[in-house]
Amino acid sequence: MEPSGYEAVIGLEIHAQLRTASKIFCGCSTAFGAKPNTHVCPVCLGLPGALPVLNRAAVDCAIRAALALGCAVQERSIFARKNYFYPDLPKGYQISQYELPLAVGGMVAAKSDDWAPDYDIRITRIHMEEDAGKLLHDGFGDSDRRSYVDLNRAGTPLIEIVTEPDFRDARHAAGFFGYLRELLVALGVNDGNMEEGSLRCDANVSVRKPGAPLGTKAEIKNLNSFRFLEEAIEYERARQIDVLESGERVVQETRLWDSGAKHTVSMRSKEEAHDYRYFPEPDLPALIVRPERIAAVRATIPELPAVWRRRLVADHQLTPADASMLTHVRPSLGRYFEEAVRAGADAKTAKNWVLGLISAKMNDLGSDDAELLAEKVPAAGLAALLALVDDGAISGSMAKGVFETMFVTGQTAGAVVAAQGLAQIDDESQIVALIADVLAANAGPVADFRGGKTSAFGFLVGKVMKAAAGKANPTRVNELLKRALEA
Amino acid sequence: MTIREVREAVRARSAADVCADALARIETLNPQLNAFNTVVADQAMARAEAIDREPDRWRDAPLAGVPIAVKDNLCTRGIRTTASSRMLEHYVPPYDATVVSRLERAGGVIVGKTNCDEFAMGSSNETSAFGPVRNPWALDRIPGGTSGGSAAAVAARLTPMALGSDTGGSIRQPASLCGVVGLKPTYGRVSRYGLIAHASSLDQVGPLTRTVYDAALTLNVLAGSDEADATCAAEPVPDYTAALTGDVRGTRIGIPRALLEQGVDAEVSGAMDAALDVLKARGATLVDVDLPHACFATPVYYLVSTAEASSNLARYDGVRYGFRAKDESLRGMYAKTRARGFGAEVKRRIMLGTYVLSAGYYDAYYLKAQQVRTLVLRDYDRAFADVDVVAMPTSPLPAVRIGERVSDPVQMYLMDVFTVSANLSGLPAISVPCGFTRGPGVSKLGDAASSEGGLPIGLQLMGRRFDEATLLRVADAYERDTEWSTQPPPLISNR
Repeated sequence: MEPSGYEAVIGLEIHAQLRTASKIFCGCSTAFGAKPNTHVCPVCLGLPGALPVLNRAAVDCAIRAALALGCAVQERSIFARKNYFYPDLPKGYQISQYELPLAVGGMVAAKSDDWAPDYDIRITRIHMEEDAGKLLHDGFGDSDRRSYVDLNRAGTPLIEIVTEPDFRDARHAAGFFGYLRELLVALGVNDGNMEEGSLRCDANVSVRKPGAPLGTKAEIKNLNSFRFLEEAIEYERARQIDVLESGERVVQETRLWDSGAKHTVSMRSKEEAHDYRYFPEPDLPALIVRPERIAAVRATIPELPAVWRRRLVADHQLTPADASMLTHVRPSLGRYFEEAVRAGADAKTAKNWVLGLISAKMNDLGSDDAELLAEKVPAAGLAALLALVDDGAISGSMAKGVFETMFVTGQTAGAVVAAQGLAQIDDESQIVALIADVLAANAGPVADFRGGKTSAFGFLVGKVMKAAAGKANPTRVNELLKRALEA
Repeated sequence: MTIREVREAVRARSAADVCADALARIETLNPQLNAFNTVVADQAMARAEAIDREPDRWRDAPLAGVPIAVKDNLCTRGIRTTASSRMLEHYVPPYDATVVSRLERAGGVIVGKTNCDEFAMGSSNETSAFGPVRNPWALDRIPGGTSGGSAAAVAARLTPMALGSDTGGSIRQPASLCGVVGLKPTYGRVSRYGLIAHASSLDQVGPLTRTVYDAALTLNVLAGSDEADATCAAEPVPDYTAALTGDVRGTRIGIPRALLEQGVDAEVSGAMDAALDVLKARGATLVDVDLPHACFATPVYYLVSTAEASSNLARYDGVRYGFRAKDESLRGMYAKTRARGFGAEVKRRIMLGTYVLSAGYYDAYYLKAQQVRTLVLRDYDRAFADVDVVAMPTSPLPAVRIGERVSDPVQMYLMDVFTVSANLSGLPAISVPCGFTRGPGVSKLGDAASSEGGLPIGLQLMGRRFDEATLLRVADAYERDTEWSTQPPPLISNR
């Protein structure tokens, strides 16, 4: 609760582009970054006579998201037309879902993850719709006088996820948005690319005294980063409290976040709001989703990130922070880690390797995908390398060099060790012979040690290791040198 | 010539010869009829010659070398497609409507695009931006609408077949007024891909022909699922010509007597009764049927169709194609483009439809209309549990004079009273010629009297969903015992 006695009431509407190869109602590519107006056809251009045909892959994608958020997928949902004029909207209407959406009634439970608040977040509905095109206002010789329209994005499949106004804190809303991004990416439903607009968020914000009825809300549009979302809600909360405290009333309106000036500005009031004249889309039959189809999609859902995190902590005694690093920042490394552990690696050692050397390697490669890594050094190969250390065959520091060679050549750890003659000298007679040579050649330090100057011991260890070209087992060297000096 | 006769002529002479004849007839008569917006003579001749060069390939094609006129609201790749609107006066589509591709695959030769009411909105062809089409039977009269150019072209023997579209009677009513056969198939029987939408849940493409056989033959080519149209049905397509057995013994024909009590021209009633007697004599059984909600069909139709049209026509905004008016602001450009690009009737319907869908009115108008639409459909379901076809006039009166009704939209809308039910219910319906008016001053309404007489009258038959076969069988049986369809209009016979 606020010190001023107000609480914020926040709901989110999140638009996520679905990762399908083709658009929702035609066969055009959804690839980002193509030359303007090259991924277009009569359907997504809204040419006279063209008709939409629903992309089945987009439906399966949307169902996957709905199931992962605990929603009930409706057996029958219908598409509707949302009518308004705008140059980026080729048909003069957006095909969306209105009265009967694809899915309803989901939930993300209280404390189900690190970010989650101690209250449930209810999902009102998930519906499918098409994206609009894009207006290009800059970058042309005549941009001072004209705007251009790029319709490559028009018809890209979207889902809109609508939450109940359950959030009470901007941080929780931003946390949820982050969670949703991670979830949708893990599901393969969305590419998570917020700069390219693949994932966008609107926030509905109102304030009230606890227990009072809901206050008048403002909708803040197009918040395309977690920080903007949090800042905009925080600003809006404070603004509305100021309005109420000064004895005025909050106006229902749509506002925009100005990320430079860090404030929201009014875009249009309720009176200026569009009448979208929704009605059922007559060009598309009702979407019927049978239970068998839902079951088939459900079978493709991977372990969800929050569940995975909890399992890593429980199964491998990782800290929540490490589990989060492995699942959230680079989930492919998390999978690599688990595979290495399954292949016999010690969890703690494997974690240190994956979050240390291997992460650094990925940074060097500039890649977030462990596939390239796994091609050279499969997780089982890492496990075999760590086993050599464990057996004392090579030292931990040697293992790092071996890993580098494995990565370059694609050889197994055993092959690298054999080829480079790296196997550790573990044989007592070999080490004893080396020690004898070193003691004979360093009479001074030997006398120092025997005279009580213990630091001379380290010097002598170094000499022995050098004589062994670094390959002697350091533990054995310590043990045998001590025995030789005390003899 | 009928399609069958044209096919003979193509074999005996050549497709090029047949095509040249058709183009010559169009050149002679179109200036009087205004049936065509665009004639593609060179393209048609080239196509006919190509067919002649490959006789083996086209030997068994059902429409090889048949000259075809296509309503100007069906997209034709590379051929201007205007919907008879200023808005699309210079619009050339980059793709063919599915029905156009299918006709061409069957060997059809497209000779031109026919005039129609603007965006297929009207009942008389008078809303066309390019002037009204004239009825070949009386040049001062309407051909009906909206497929008036297609009906006039077939009636005047310019082409043996023309494609039309039917949203509330737009194939059947002009067929009736021009004395030809017009078939509106079941909704979903024929692909709408490439048909410039008027009202998506009502629109259906179909043929206008001289004979029922030709309609059946054309439907064989047009019908069937299309992956580009999600509302097009996967229902199997029978050979419709095989259904034309002439046998109507035991066929039950329902007549909605109560519906026909008011507003029907006496000569039209008389012609219909005589037609039913012909079918009775062939062994059909006549039964009274009750369609208690059919009287609401016209208002329901004008709520549903205008609502859908208001949305379908939103894309004509001047941004990407078509007419664009210059203005400093975006809103100004939209407003001027649509004010100047659309004609009065189209604007009237966009306004009506926008109102119907508006917040606060949706439930009272659009939703209520959809509910009554369901009741209309149930009436027919009930009727078709007892009868095989339902018969009634296609139009309550024969062709009126140009200018007579266009100034009064409500009077114009009432011309659709018998045709809109088939669109609301999605059922198939056909209009076949069933006689001519005798002489002057016989109209009950008193305002449609023909000074010349001899105006065509059409009999409408409606059938069960996807049962075009029965519909065509009954219509063909009737045609066998009558000679209405063989009579040429005075425009030709006087020449």
